[in-house]
Amino acid sequence: MVEELLNRFAQFSIYKSSFNNVMGTILEVKNLAMDFGGLRALDNLDLDVKNGEIVALIGPNGSGKTTFFNCVTGIYTPTEGDIRDSQHGKNRRLSSINGLRPNLVTKKGLARTFQNIRLFSNMSVLENVMIGRHCRTRSGIAGAVFRNRATKEEEQKIVDDSYEVLKKIGLADYVNELAVNLPYGAQRRLEIARAMATEPFMLLLDEPAAGMNIRETKELDELILRIRENEGISILMIEHDMKLVMSLSDRIYVMDYGRKIADGTPEQIKNDPVVIKAYLGKEPDA
Amino acid sequence: MTNLKEIQRSLLVSLWFMFLTFPIMVIRVNPLEKVVIWRWYNMLYVGIGSFLLSFVWRYFIRQKELGKKKNETDGQKSFSLSRRAVDDPRAYIPLLSAVACFTIAFPFIFSMYQTNIMITVLIYVMLGLGLNIVVGLAGLLDLGYVAFYAVGAYTYALLNFHYGLGFWTVLPIGAALGALFGILLGFPVLRLRGDYLAIVTLGFGEIIRLILENWNEFSQGPSGIANISKPGFFGIHLSLQNSTIYIYFIMVGLTLFTILVVNRLQNSRIGRAWIALREDEVACQAMGIDKRKTKLTAFALGATWAGMAGVVFAAKTTFINPASFTILESIVILCIVVLGGMGSITGVIAGALVLILLPEYLRAFSEYRLLIFGTMLVIMMVFRPGGIIENVRRTYEFELKEGKELKNED
Amino acid sequence: MEYFFEILLGGLTRGSIYALIALGYTMVYGIIGLINFAHGEVYMIGAFTALIAASVLTLMGWNQVAIIVIASVVAVIYSSCYGFTIEKLAYKPLRRAPRLSALISAIGMSLFLQNYVLLAQTSNFLPFPNLIPEFEFLKPYQHMISSSEIVIIGTTAVVMVLLGIMIKCTKIGKAMRATAQDRDMAMLVGIDVNRVISVTFVVGSATAALGGVLVASHVGQINFYMGFIVGIKAFVAAVLGGIGSIPGAVLGGLVLGWTESFFTGYVSSDYEDVFAFLFLVFILIFRPAGILGRSETEKV
Repeated sequence: MVEELLNRFAQFSIYKSSFNNVMGTILEVKNLAMDFGGLRALDNLDLDVKNGEIVALIGPNGSGKTTFFNCVTGIYTPTEGDIRDSQHGKNRRLSSINGLRPNLVTKKGLARTFQNIRLFSNMSVLENVMIGRHCRTRSGIAGAVFRNRATKEEEQKIVDDSYEVLKKIGLADYVNELAVNLPYGAQRRLEIARAMATEPFMLLLDEPAAGMNIRETKELDELILRIRENEGISILMIEHDMKLVMSLSDRIYVMDYGRKIADGTPEQIKNDPVVIKAYLGKEPDA
Repeated sequence: MTNLKEIQRSLLVSLWFMFLTFPIMVIRVNPLEKVVIWRWYNMLYVGIGSFLLSFVWRYFIRQKELGKKKNETDGQKSFSLSRRAVDDPRAYIPLLSAVACFTIAFPFIFSMYQTNIMITVLIYVMLGLGLNIVVGLAGLLDLGYVAFYAVGAYTYALLNFHYGLGFWTVLPIGAALGALFGILLGFPVLRLRGDYLAIVTLGFGEIIRLILENWNEFSQGPSGIANISKPGFFGIHLSLQNSTIYIYFIMVGLTLFTILVVNRLQNSRIGRAWIALREDEVACQAMGIDKRKTKLTAFALGATWAGMAGVVFAAKTTFINPASFTILESIVILCIVVLGGMGSITGVIAGALVLILLPEYLRAFSEYRLLIFGTMLVIMMVFRPGGIIENVRRTYEFELKEGKELKNED
Repeated sequence: MEYFFEILLGGLTRGSIYALIALGYTMVYGIIGLINFAHGEVYMIGAFTALIAASVLTLMGWNQVAIIVIASVVAVIYSSCYGFTIEKLAYKPLRRAPRLSALISAIGMSLFLQNYVLLAQTSNFLPFPNLIPEFEFLKPYQHMISSSEIVIIGTTAVVMVLLGIMIKCTKIGKAMRATAQDRDMAMLVGIDVNRVISVTFVVGSATAALGGVLVASHVGQINFYMGFIVGIKAFVAAVLGGIGSIPGAVLGGLVLGWTESFFTGYVSSDYEDVFAFLFLVFILIFRPAGILGRSETEKV
């Protein structure tokens, strides 16, 4: 009982502190824990992302990075802890998104990609992106049946906006191709395009460079920078390609066995003995 | 060498099936009279049949694998070609007008019997199009679809019986009740995965039927409701023949209406959400689509058509009982959607024509109807999961719009 | 009070039947993640083959014991062969296909088998001889429980234990567990996945056939449609217990059998099937993992 009260108090004070310290924090995770049966996949995890930052989340396989993404984006409901984000487009006040359904999280402005590509394979590239526009549009059944002017205009706008996004990501040539027929690198970029279409203030990229060759990785590097510069979207990404991570990120979090073992700038991380130890005693090839 | 091996394999298959079907096909027992009939000729048929079919089966399996590889290498050139053919107004306008003329002339050329069959076909087209929303577009396997059909039929029968309400009044009520029951079923199954969903919907269908069968005070039980009035024509009493023709045209109108609405729905924001839901539920939600709402609309809109079709069915037959609404009926409708091509409107129409007309006109076929339907479901899934009219739906109309759109951009 | 016990025993028998069939469902579901809609039909075919074998042997004048044994063995062998063939034709080509395709294929197979028996045999109910003789020691309790009921309950218990041992202790059992967890990984470590799946179907079908013979002999008549409702209810039982779990299937079967018996005994027998379906809906909504959940060691 007493403990619970103390906990409440602690949470309250966290909230207070974050409220005073909002200067641009757009995602704040406190004390996050996730259990699967008896297995603790995430433990006491703290993380924050400030406006306009590119933050990388690294760590050995199975260290809980994707689980963390799933908690943030509402696919899992965390066992303990608190996730807050700043309201999309409004004053930058943090509000809790704990246990919110995935579609509502996306609507708030956190969009993600998937580690193992999850495109809508039998839809065209453009349609994939148009799905991203879904939560920013509103025409309903009646509109679809009667095709009134508002619906038609909205539909046209969905098409235009989606095409715009595709042009930005460099997929305009593929518009009518089925997603499943795209080359691998293009599929990864289409995932980013689809997420961008939801008008996020923050993108969560789950291993965006996985399986890409050097040229594709370089393009991705530029693309991510461009997204930050031109769209003002902050980025939180899981990535194993250290070169990409070191060159892109402002800050890096390192996870192992569901815990955060280090965080800091790329320089700090590179020289952190704990991190080096976690990566089997070898210095990451950066 | 390879040929010899192939023959050897087929021989083995043939022997296997002769062994497998031996007790069921060859021996027929009559335990009451204690006689056993041996039908060795059946074994011969099975042997020869499976010998030949095994070649065909293997040939198609190989084709399928080849096709897969081909698709991986050269993309989808062939798709665009077939799409263009359907897109081209020069191809489809004369065809459509011919179909329209035939449809209008039909009841005046053919007998009342034929017209009645055609009405049945149209009812199934409507049912197929409705189920197509749920199964074909949203990818939710609904095995209790017939329940909504029953809801529509009983709505008309009961309202007509108790309150004397007419066809046109009840038609929208039936549709609304169908939608309501769709939502009623939708709520509990929202969280269920595909296979559980199939079983629960099947259970739902059976529950509705069993209630209709057992709740005598409400539905008059297994004996059903008779003397349901036919649709009125501005208060004029029609002869039997004229009223059949009248129902035929009502049904043509309703089918056109269904096609229009379903077509618009599937190319709308909601239709896209359904397809996305079918393709990947997790990604769909992560892209901001409300899974619950999308599923519920699919169930409700699918059920609406079944409700309407039920009202027409009751008006057409003037007698209904629970036996018309068994699980088998759900499976027949599913067959129509699967054979025609999941997600394809033209496909569903073609599917209904084939599956309802063939047993009607070929007596030999009608005996083996369900056997063939079962086989068909397996074979379609194995070799052509997209149905006979595949891919037409997917993006062509969309592409058309796209084409214009891109030109505007330039 | 006596009525109560009657219902209790009736429920136990009913539950054992569901359990016996649920075992096959749960094994197949555990390994390929698919409702084998044709499982109920395999059960029906088991009963038909047993009837055919028994009738032929009776005409040939064999003695009762030999008939019982041979008819059961024939039924089990044939059903296993059917299970094996069904998997090869309707499910194997669809391993990598979307779930929806495999499900539709399964429904097609079920429809095919029903009508195959309907056309090749008959649509009428056929009387099935009572294969199980009355046991002497049961005479005093005859009004409570018949010997065929005892045999059904006993068989279910034995089959459950045997299957449990097979999955826990044998090499093929281990391979099954591996395949259930991760098919690709199992393949990589050298497990012949196709064989494992075939074996699962064969074993599952064999239990279904046993169930078919026992139930037919208990009820006294068979029909091409007998597998459908029982199949669905057995599936309910498997889900109730926690699909993929062997003890779960038995527990689920018993729970369903008892609740159904008490419902029909005390409330209404008209809505027996409605009750079973409603029960399923409630389980799936409130406890989709079933009573015993899905613990990994028990998953098959």
